Amino acid sequence: MLETITYSLLNGLLYGMLLFMLSSGLTLIFGMMGVLNFAHASFYMLGAYFAYTLGMYTGFWVALFLAPILVGALGAMTERWGLRHVHQHGHVPELLFTFGLAYVIEELVRLFYGTLPMNYRMPEGLDFTLFTVFGTSYPAFRAFILVVAVVMFVGLYLLLKKTRAGLIIQGSLSRPDIVAALGHNVPQVFMWVFAFGTALAALGGVVGGIHFVTEPGMAFMMGPIVFVVVVLGGLGSIPGALIASMIIGILQTFTLSVDFSIAHVGAWFGYAVPPDHLFATLWYLDSTRIAPVLPFLILVLTLIFRPRGIMGKREA
Amino acid sequence: MLSTHDLHAYYGKSHVLRGVSMNVQPGEIVSLLGRNGVGRSTLCKAVMGLVAPVGEVRFKDQVISGLDPHQIAHRGLGYVPEDRAIFPGLTVAENLELGKKKRGQTGRWGYDEIFERFPRLKERMEFPGEVISGGEQQMLSMARSLMGDPECIIVDEPTEGLAPKIVEEIAHLLTDIAAAGVSVLLVEQKLSIALKISNRVYLMGEGRMVFEGTPQELHDDPEIRKEWLEV
Repeated sequence: MLETITYSLLNGLLYGMLLFMLSSGLTLIFGMMGVLNFAHASFYMLGAYFAYTLGMYTGFWVALFLAPILVGALGAMTERWGLRHVHQHGHVPELLFTFGLAYVIEELVRLFYGTLPMNYRMPEGLDFTLFTVFGTSYPAFRAFILVVAVVMFVGLYLLLKKTRAGLIIQGSLSRPDIVAALGHNVPQVFMWVFAFGTALAALGGVVGGIHFVTEPGMAFMMGPIVFVVVVLGGLGSIPGALIASMIIGILQTFTLSVDFSIAHVGAWFGYAVPPDHLFATLWYLDSTRIAPVLPFLILVLTLIFRPRGIMGKREA
Repeated sequence: MLSTHDLHAYYGKSHVLRGVSMNVQPGEIVSLLGRNGVGRSTLCKAVMGLVAPVGEVRFKDQVISGLDPHQIAHRGLGYVPEDRAIFPGLTVAENLELGKKKRGQTGRWGYDEIFERFPRLKERMEFPGEVISGGEQQMLSMARSLMGDPECIIVDEPTEGLAPKIVEEIAHLLTDIAAAGVSVLLVEQKLSIALKISNRVYLMGEGRMVFEGTPQELHDDPEIRKEWLEV
């Protein structure tokens, strides 16, 4: 039991940190521009593919920095020449734009790389066991992902709280019109935040592509869950995104690894529902089968009972 | 200094400003009076570029209509919105810092000048902007705009919902700011304040100017007040 808990916690922490890398950029973009960027996870995927390709020439360590920069540049162009024009027509066209973009990116990736998973592997320097718990080894690469995520969180936090650019971003989260009236170039701030946010997602992709699999479906696997994190954490809140990532990450890992159903509770009290009962399906429903639904159940409940999320300043 | 000529503005299909012409001269306090919903706030936003203006807005002999809000701000116009728009989650100090257009901007309004006129803000510097009182928020919003060293500020309903003593204080501050050489375009609901501190007043009705003159002239014209102002 303790073994399962420890291992689920470690894995949940890792999954949560990966979710955080994706959602931190999105929460800023969503909070500031009001754009529900469906293509955000596509930039995460591009991070993985770019790092894989670059890595063949430059090695992993250079690719770790270069891939997010390239993806961030693509993000800047997307905002400058795409979203900014669509923005004038309102939020729904913006949403459709990012929706279309997500499919375009996925199809382009298929076109260039094919549908099979890439042979994208961790660098040899990180390919060792860091420690062993309960006879199961914990790879150093997972610890490396955690370190990258923590550095990212601290860096983001300092950027937002301690720099003038951070002040302008924070002001724009609530009142972009007034920030502009005070003489700050808000469209340019939007572009930088979009570029920066997509670069962070790409950084998540550089490490996530190794941890999971680098294949064209990876964006659509992560995309919806990232929205749950952003809404649960609260629009525009980096600490909120971190907490929400951890909650979703750990909760999902636990429900997947613990074999549990209402029937177990019933058994403690010596009660059981016959298998042909109307509610038997629900009664014997295994927690592992609830796991995929859980984040979205949380999304729905958050929107009903606490629309501004854990730490958000305004409603989603 | 600031003028509009035959200015129109629309919210969707509703035609809010229907050909507004007015001007503010250097060092003046000009009040914009009228009932709620006649388009006074829209006029402020159209001048600042926050609502698309149709027609001409000139500032210091240059056309500014069509520019982005941040460009208009850089020309020397300041804006203190009706809802004060204090940035939540930022301290009073950080709100003031955002008023500077560039890092380390120095102008006629540095921290010393601000604290001299707004001593209450000095005590509140490390407080989150959303927890200070309504009067303090209004002062913060005005001070924030002054930090950008404007030559003219547009102040939209600064006394709304404030206690009489604070209203007096704000009126005094506006006179003081104008005396320091910053022209003031003031949207005001309280006639007594507007008549007391303004050099000239405009009265708006149905998206147009229906009266222009000195406070004394408005005071002496009960008919126009009755038709366009009194409820």
